[in-house]
Amino acid sequence: MTLDLDGGLTDEAFALAGSIAAPVMEFAVDHTTVAIERTVARLFGVDGVDELGVPFPNVLVDALGPGLPGGLALPLAQACIERSASPQQVAEAVAAGEKLGSDPNLSGEARELAARLAREADERIVAQRARRDALIAEHGDPQTPWLYVIVATGNIHEDARQAQAAARAGADVVAVIRSTAQSLLDYVPYGETTEGFGGTFATQANFRCVRAALDELMPEAGRYLRLTNYASGLCMPEIAACGALERLDMMLNDSMYGILFRDINPERTFCDQYVSRMINGRAGIIINTGEDNYLTTASGREGGHTVVASTLINRALALAAGIPEAQIGLGHAFEIDPDLPGQIVDEWALALLIRELFPNCPIKYMPPTKHVTGDIFRTHAIGSMFNLVGVATGQHIQLLSVLTEAVHTPFLADRLLAIQDARRVFEAARPLRDSLAPVPGGPLELRAQQVLAEAVALLRRVDEVGMFAAIAQGWFADTARPRDGGRGREGVAERGPDYVNPFLELWEPQLAGWASG
Amino acid sequence: MAEILPYGDTAGDRMVQLSFTLPVPADARAREIGLEFLRRNGLREPQIVHIAAADCEMAFFVAYAKSAHGVDPDAVEGSEVEAPALGFKEVNTLIERELGRRIVVVGAAIETDAHTVGIDAIMNMKGFAGDYGLERYPWIEAVNLGAQVPCERLLREAGERSADAILVSQVVTQKQVHARQLTKLVDLLEAEGVRDRYLLVCGGPRLSNTFAKELGYDAGFGPGSTPSTVAGWIAQELVARTRPV
Repeated sequence: MTLDLDGGLTDEAFALAGSIAAPVMEFAVDHTTVAIERTVARLFGVDGVDELGVPFPNVLVDALGPGLPGGLALPLAQACIERSASPQQVAEAVAAGEKLGSDPNLSGEARELAARLAREADERIVAQRARRDALIAEHGDPQTPWLYVIVATGNIHEDARQAQAAARAGADVVAVIRSTAQSLLDYVPYGETTEGFGGTFATQANFRCVRAALDELMPEAGRYLRLTNYASGLCMPEIAACGALERLDMMLNDSMYGILFRDINPERTFCDQYVSRMINGRAGIIINTGEDNYLTTASGREGGHTVVASTLINRALALAAGIPEAQIGLGHAFEIDPDLPGQIVDEWALALLIRELFPNCPIKYMPPTKHVTGDIFRTHAIGSMFNLVGVATGQHIQLLSVLTEAVHTPFLADRLLAIQDARRVFEAARPLRDSLAPVPGGPLELRAQQVLAEAVALLRRVDEVGMFAAIAQGWFADTARPRDGGRGREGVAERGPDYVNPFLELWEPQLAGWASG
Repeated sequence: MAEILPYGDTAGDRMVQLSFTLPVPADARAREIGLEFLRRNGLREPQIVHIAAADCEMAFFVAYAKSAHGVDPDAVEGSEVEAPALGFKEVNTLIERELGRRIVVVGAAIETDAHTVGIDAIMNMKGFAGDYGLERYPWIEAVNLGAQVPCERLLREAGERSADAILVSQVVTQKQVHARQLTKLVDLLEAEGVRDRYLLVCGGPRLSNTFAKELGYDAGFGPGSTPSTVAGWIAQELVARTRPV
């Protein structure tokens, strides 16, 4: 099933997206943030909290002071040498009131130590990646579309149990939903957590807990089971680091989501998304972008092109951070009102458009949620149609529609019903993709062509004014966010001439030539 | 009026449909366990029509049974907000004629609630289910502050804009957090001595008018409420409150 798309227009779309991403990247590579510096601490092995519950990475970066002069890596490494201590021991000492290192005579030695600590962290990340590859080889990779479900009990032990139940029922990917307020926390909570609202916290210990539960079940399930969480909010790169160390497989990791939907400062987000994506890329983690959210604020039928434009920009920024296409899980959803005549053609056209624009990306298709109500029977029926469109258009990751969406976080049985429906529809309709073709010039093809043309028109305008201005004017998701507004801007600092970050020294050179991607 | 009974396919047959999960294996004993569970809950002649394993030790049931009790509709107090339904034009006309000024409505999803879907459906230009949102009303100045707005900020914004009404959405909840957050706003308004200055309205899938009033709100709108229902109630209530007693 293929669409007749104008090759000139698609080439222009990719070129425009690259051109839009370039100035954003120029800003990102010239700046650092408190979250990026805390990530250095985490990857150097610093973990835990002080007596007041403040995470040690925060303690260290607070000690560095405003403006983040030179970055954390060097003063931390200097302190390690001065005290013959580990980064963790230095963090504990700093929490007790002592200072970071500042002896310039040690800077050469400290640079070497920092580079070595970075190499060791990189080796741990690469080892987890290799472990994933080995487990996939051993247990097998599921057929696409992968069945993606969420667990959101608010208690990580209950989440782990429900993750296993979902996997037994046939889920391929389990996402552990975070507490709704976490995106606005400027720290990563510590330890296993048993509370939260609409989910529980993303912590390294929680990642380890659900990872172990899914690993345990793989022999019985007979396939590799993927674990997902959220590298988003004010701690994007730190959470990416935790995920990389604990072998998460997917991360919600959008370049603009925090700006648009959590009112996080645009400059902060563009820096943080860059480093978080660099880590995810290195770790073999598939990122998921969040375009499904756009149309919960804007109209589905009129706003489809903003989704397409955003996927193009998200891809360009992901490539710029070194993520290969095979790990760029562009998200999309079209939220067409189910009561509109012809809605399934609209939905089909746009799902197919995204599939064809990004043949090498594991695209993630997300269910309609805007128009569902408490009528769970109707929601279930809409979910079946969504599953049909998903399999017929060859989607890679299918976030399952759950009949109690808009009512409560899913019951155990709700998830079972969702998985059963998806399996049934996928099995029944898998050959459709190779059986049908859109009528040339028919409504489906025309719709896809029209939305692509609208998306390119939007990209031209964005390219003209620049990303920061486009966001400030509310061109995405009908939400206006000024460049100097939002949360977390005080945590952004220029990378001065003395700035040292051994991870960037290790990873950034590999990104040379990103603009051509 | 006399008691009424559930209607399956015959008048007075008392039939109800249920689904639930019990932490037992979905094996041969599960049916008996499910039936006994229904009987113990007062349901009569239960039938289990479907059992599925929701996990190793979890059985999901679909069941039918006869209800034990009916209900007298006249003995039940309404939970819906009671106000004559007005359309878009009627609301604007009412405000123009009776108040002669634009009314100010400030809305937000408060505290931990990150979901704008409810507040957007009521406030955004486009509205919900073909019913225009408050922003489209020429006689309403609608200010949508979005999600995760601390109660303190909502109050400040309402004060600065001399709002007539505060509209609060609570969509996602767990362990009754929505009720605690809604109460916090009321407490704050009262602590600052400004509770009487505003019409205080909340909405969301878990809310009803009765529950909202218990929490100290003037009105509550449950699932399926449209912008014109909310706008109509606010306009009529403001008009009623400005009339001399």
